Order: sequence, then C-alpha cells, then structure tokens
Amino acid sequence: MGIDTTPLLEIRKLSKSFPGVKALQEVDFIVRRGEVHALMGENGAGKSTLIKVLTGVYPRDEGMFRLDGAEIHPHSPKEAEWMGISTVYQEVNLIPQLSVAENICLGRQPSRFGLVRWRAVAERAKAALARVDLKIDVAQPLASYSIAIQQLTALARALDVSAKLLILDEPTSSLDEKEVEELFKVIRKLRAQGMGVVIVTHFLEQVYAISDRITVLRDGRLVGEYETAKLPRVELVSRMIGKELARMQKVQSEAGKEAAAAQGPPLLELRQFGRPGSIAPMDMTIAKGEIVGLAGLLGSGRTETARLIFGVDAAKSGEMRVDGKRVVFKSPRQAIREGFAFTPENRKVEGIIPHLSVRENIVLALQARQGVMRTLSARQQLQIAEEFIRLLGISTPGPEQPVMNLSGGNQQKVLLARWLVTQPRLLILDEPTRGIDVGAKAEIEKLIQSLRAKGMAILFISSELEEVVRDCQRVIVLRDRAKAGELTGNQINEETIMHTIAGHSHAA
Amino acid sequence: MQPDRLQERKTRWWFSLVWPVAALVLLLLFNLVFTQGFFHVEVRDGYLYGTLIDILNHGSMVILLSLGMALVIATGGVDLSVGAVMAIAGAVAAQLINMPNVPFALVIAGAIAVAIVCGCWNGLLVTIFKIQPIVATLILMVAGRGVAQLITGGQIITFTHPGLTYLGNGHCLGLPFPIVLALGMLGITVLLTRKTALGLFIESVGDNHIASACSGVDARSIKFLVYLFSGLCAGLAGLVAASNIKCADANHAGLFLELDAILAVVVGGTSLTGGRFYLVGAVVGALFIQTLTTTMYMRNVSADVAPVPKALAIIVVCLMQSPAFRQRLGWSWKRKPA
Repeated sequence: MGIDTTPLLEIRKLSKSFPGVKALQEVDFIVRRGEVHALMGENGAGKSTLIKVLTGVYPRDEGMFRLDGAEIHPHSPKEAEWMGISTVYQEVNLIPQLSVAENICLGRQPSRFGLVRWRAVAERAKAALARVDLKIDVAQPLASYSIAIQQLTALARALDVSAKLLILDEPTSSLDEKEVEELFKVIRKLRAQGMGVVIVTHFLEQVYAISDRITVLRDGRLVGEYETAKLPRVELVSRMIGKELARMQKVQSEAGKEAAAAQGPPLLELRQFGRPGSIAPMDMTIAKGEIVGLAGLLGSGRTETARLIFGVDAAKSGEMRVDGKRVVFKSPRQAIREGFAFTPENRKVEGIIPHLSVRENIVLALQARQGVMRTLSARQQLQIAEEFIRLLGISTPGPEQPVMNLSGGNQQKVLLARWLVTQPRLLILDEPTRGIDVGAKAEIEKLIQSLRAKGMAILFISSELEEVVRDCQRVIVLRDRAKAGELTGNQINEETIMHTIAGHSHAA
Repeated sequence: MQPDRLQERKTRWWFSLVWPVAALVLLLLFNLVFTQGFFHVEVRDGYLYGTLIDILNHGSMVILLSLGMALVIATGGVDLSVGAVMAIAGAVAAQLINMPNVPFALVIAGAIAVAIVCGCWNGLLVTIFKIQPIVATLILMVAGRGVAQLITGGQIITFTHPGLTYLGNGHCLGLPFPIVLALGMLGITVLLTRKTALGLFIESVGDNHIASACSGVDARSIKFLVYLFSGLCAGLAGLVAASNIKCADANHAGLFLELDAILAVVVGGTSLTGGRFYLVGAVVGALFIQTLTTTMYMRNVSADVAPVPKALAIIVVCLMQSPAFRQRLGWSWKRKPA
C-alpha cells in the first residue's frame, strides 16, 4: 500500500458560498491510505462545510474530488456512501428504539421479494460489529446500550458498506476517557487495514494521540497541512487562531496593569466547581469591578463554565459562593435573584424572543424577576426601552419592532439591555462580539469597560485574543474541558495565552 | 412628526384583526344579500331576538373555550380535552343541583372546581411529566366522557332549577346571559393578560422557551397556569351547555367543540407554533365559525353536507393568514399604511 502514491482522497480548489458568506475558498485537502487525518479550525473555519460538500449534503460551487484517483460527484450522503465515503456524526444519529441490527442495516436490509431476511440482517450486523471489536446482543434496542457502544454501533454501520474513507465528526465529545481509548483502538485497527480516517475534534490532546497529519482551516481558507509529530502544539493553536507567534504584538493590556490595584473581596468564588462532560472541577474568583476573561479554543469548556455558573446546567461537584455565602442554583431564576446575568453565545436559540418587540425583549428579565404581581406599566416599559435604545445606540425603527428584524449587533445590544435593566452584580458575556460589525464591537467593549468602572463584576468569554488581552484584568485559560492556567498582570498577552492553551507553561 | 409610541402599539394590535374581521364581514354581506331576515332583530318583552343574537348566543360556548385555548396555543401547546371537560362540569352541576340542601352557589363552585382540577391534571402531565400537550390532553379527551358517565351513572340527568337554567336561557341587560358571560370572560382575560405581565410571559415562553427560561421566566408555572385556565373556561362553557338543554348529557355535551375552539383561535391569527396570541381575534374567529354554521342551517344545507363548505371557508381564511401564501399572491402587510 505504501508504494501506491495516489492519495486516497484528493480535493483541489474547493469553493462553496452561501448567501453573504464564502464558506470555503480554494481549499485543498488530501487524505492518504492508512492515515488518520485531523481537520482543525475554530468557529467558521469551514470544517463542517467541507465535510458536508464532500458527502454530498451541499453541492459544491467549484473544485474537484478524486477518490482512489477517479473523479467523483456525490449528490447525496447515500451516493457518497456507495462510493466508499462513510460519515459518523457528532450526535449519534441512529434510531434508539430500533434494535442494534436494524440500525446497522437500516436502508440496506438484505431482502428477498421485498421481504426482509431478518436472519441475514442479524448476521450482517454481527459481522459489522466484529470489525469494531464489539460483541453484543444485536436484537436489543440500541437505547439499552451506553453512548459509547452506540457510537461504536454508528461506526459499525459506517463500515458496513465497503468504506474506504471514514469521517468522524467530533466522535468523542460525549465519551469518557476510557471510552475514547476504546474508540481509538478501533480507529488504529482500521488505519492498519489501510483505511483513511478523517477526524474532527476540539480536543488537542486527542489530536496528538491519534492523528498522523493535521489540516488547519481558518475563515474558509486552507492554512496548511502538517505532520502531527512535527507541529508543536503552540504552532497549531497559533495557526488555528490566526496569530503568528513571531509577529505577535507584545502590547500589554492597560487593564492588566490596573490589576495590581487592590480588589475588594470576591463577589463570586468557585471551589472545585464542575460537572462531568462539561468542565473538570475548577477554582475561580471574580471581584467587584473586575473583568475576568475565559480564553480557550472552541469546545474547551468556556460556554459550559458559564452555563454552570448561571444555573442552566447543574454543577455536580464543588461549591459556589456569592459574597461568601454558599449558593446552589437549580435554574437561571435563582441565579438572577442573586444578581447574575448571562448573554449567551447562541443568540438565536438562547437569547432573543424573535417575534416579540424590542421593548418586550428588553423588559423581559426585569419583569420576570418582579413577577406578575408587580407588572411594569406600559409607560414604564416604554420609558425603559427608549432609554436603553438611546443609551446603547440600538438602531431600530422603534421599540415596537419585532427583534428578529434587527441586525445581529443590535440584537446583541438588546440582550445586553435586557440584563443591564436588572442592574446585575455579575454579568457573564459569552462571545458578546461574535458576528457583529467592527463599529458595534468597539461600542460593546467600551460599554463593558464603563460597567466595570461602576463596580460590576464581569466574566468575559471571547475567542478573539486581542479582546481578552485588551479588556480583562485576569484571564483563565481552558483546555480540553479543564482549567489550564490563570494569568494576571503582565502575563496577559496573546503569546502567553496561546502557550497556555497549547499546554506549555511559559512563565514569562 | 414624532409618532405616539403607545398609539403605534395599539395600531399593531388591531392589525391582526384585519383578516378574521374581513372574513366575518364578507360572510355577513353574503347573508345580507341572499338570506332573508338574517339581520332582523326585534325586541320582545325587553329582550333582543333575531338571527344575529342567536349566533352570539350559540357562539358563546366556543368563545369561552377559545379564550382558554388561545392562551394554551400561545405557549405552543393545545388542549383537546375541553369538550370532555364541558361534559364533566355539566354532569357535576346536574348531580349536585338534584341533591337536597345543596346551595346554588356551591353547585356552580363545585362544577367549576372540578373543571379546574381537570385543567390542573393536563398542566401536570405537560409540565411535570413532560408529555407532549396533544397526547397529554388526548388522555382526558377520551377518558373525560367516561368520567362524566360515572358521575351521571350513565343516565341523562335533567333538572328544573331556575338558577341553573338561567345560565343558558336567561337574559341579562337585554341580551341572552351566555353572551354576557362570554364577553365578561373576554374582558377578564384581556385584563389578566394585557394589563399584567402574564401575556408577555405566555408569549415569550411560546416564542422561545429556552431563551425565556434563561431570562428567568418561570416557564413551567406559566404553562401550568394556561391549562388550568383552559379548564376553567371549559367548565363555564359546560355549565352553559347543560343549562341550555336543562340536562347533563355525558355523551354529547361539547362534542367536537375543542376542534371549533382550535379553529377559532387559528382563524383569529394565533399561530399553532406558539408566540403571539390574539384574544379578540379568537372571539371573531369563533363568531365566524358560528355564523358559518348558522348560514348553513338557514340556507337549508343538509347537516351531512354542511362541513364541506365550512371547511372550504376556513381553508380560505387560513390561507389568507399565511405569510407564505400572501407572498405568492404578491400581497404584503407592509404595503398597507398602518
């Protein structure tokens, strides 16, 4: 196999646009036989678009695919499967109520005269499972097995067709360490059989444990292809984030220097606070008038940490103290009562109430805290809405405009307004500047600083390192769903953050 | 010129009524031309009589149901059990009124209380046990009539109590009492939802329940409350229905009225996916459906065939409400001046 030099999969100059977005621009991607190839990139890099175009979910605009040297044009995932490209998605997309055997053979059951040959189905399923070293009762419903076994079943299903190329889209995100090792064993076995495996994952540790090569995408463009063994982690991180280490600004944040100024007692204190699958137990404090940044790659546990603090998910270990008093939140309502506020990363799903007006969106959190008995009058609501529309410069035809008609930046400002109305003590901002234009970004950063000056405690999550460096007094770095370090003072610069993300302790 | 913002809000609210009102007016115009005596209203013994009054009178049950239904649908749910709850409430009232020494107020309170318990049952299934509303309320829709049968002992129970017969047959302010009751409930519901924050919470839960919960809205209590309220409305409608015919008929009281109520809400402009709700729209929708039914009777359309033209008319109204359909026709809200 080693002699055959034609790559298994060759993608040349692939481009794909969606209305308003160039998702992929002239991307090359090559997978060889018997290699595990990690596809890496931050949000919006184009990983999932690449996979979806390759498997025929989306049509491509330009470019060429070659599988085993022959050009291919898959029009649907099923066609791609026929050609030998099988995909296992992040969420196990099998049918839990059906048996394991049915799941493996669904859509391609051996049949005779239109009748399913159940015995053949079971045999075929057993054979497929043998390839992933799994011996289970294939007649049992899939749901009766653990997530790890379901994941392996999905893998077996993907292998059941004569797959040459296997694509694994975040296969490990819901597995524990031991299960990941099981999965990797199977992947290594498949690699030894000469199969090409593409793996998308956010866990750096796992990339280095399993992959032979890495292709990095950023903003829809190819950054480069590297041999894993020859690419230091910090280089990988810098390529994903798009900062060249050598040319990095060594500018210190002004905020960082201020940090020396004594802070009061902490408003929020976390001790060994965590939840399996979300974030490993971690410590954290935030004082009044302090902005603490949470930095890390996509999927490193930033949002998960925010959700735990705000009570969206329940913590399973450790404790949280507010003003020294121990609190346990079972829902965001309780967090809000303590004076917490949270603007989520996913505005559309967790933030805006799309059909309701700007006014209603702004007063919602305050009204929810006050309850039905203390309803704000129409005039009070209007006053609040108009005040914040002016204060934050929300551009809307009027307070009665449905919020879904506003631009992303203005929706973000409406969400900020919703929480500022409640005069929170702790404001958690998850990617407050994501997907909004440069002008609005600067305005929001300015606003955050003025809130800090007024004594608000702020937890600031951003994938943009400059923002974190510019705005935060302290930075907590997360890696692979665990706290990797805490930076203060003049440690807060892009280089140190990046080294911490990559996992080298560079005491500057 | 600075537009008055409060005024703007009111204009929007009326906006939603354009299509249901247009449909109703069109139907009335049809009758004005083709159905003789449709608009004839006369005063007899100080009371109003006529076809229009009959429509209001008979429509009042669907109006009552549609008030509760509108709120349930606004949260993204549906309540299929209201017809059965009507039968239960009627059965409870008929049994109690025939017992010696039970004060009239207690009879009414008892029937309403049982209806509210039914609503709470639905609310419990939906909020605590997370059963999809359509399944959760289907349980009571099917089982409810059996419960009513148990209460009546399988008999049709008649009564003659003047108080109880007044509910469905009496007059108040010159109008049949059911009309006054329905309008009164409309007023109370509008006050409760629009003058307090309840309406905001209901709409936000229905529009995006995740974001609502993240903003601190107690989505569970809100949902529970709307099912409770739907039960209350069904109880009132059940009392009117029983009183109308002076007996409790567990098999036929309120039969299929849940479907009319859902239609009324949809015709009134509330989306089945939840979010914005329109109470006055639902009432206009209920009147539209009742007018349609009455028109069929008066034009001697046989009862077997009547559902067909009824369905056609409703399809047209629903299509008019659909933004996708209007876009195809090249119509748009925005072209019209507010």
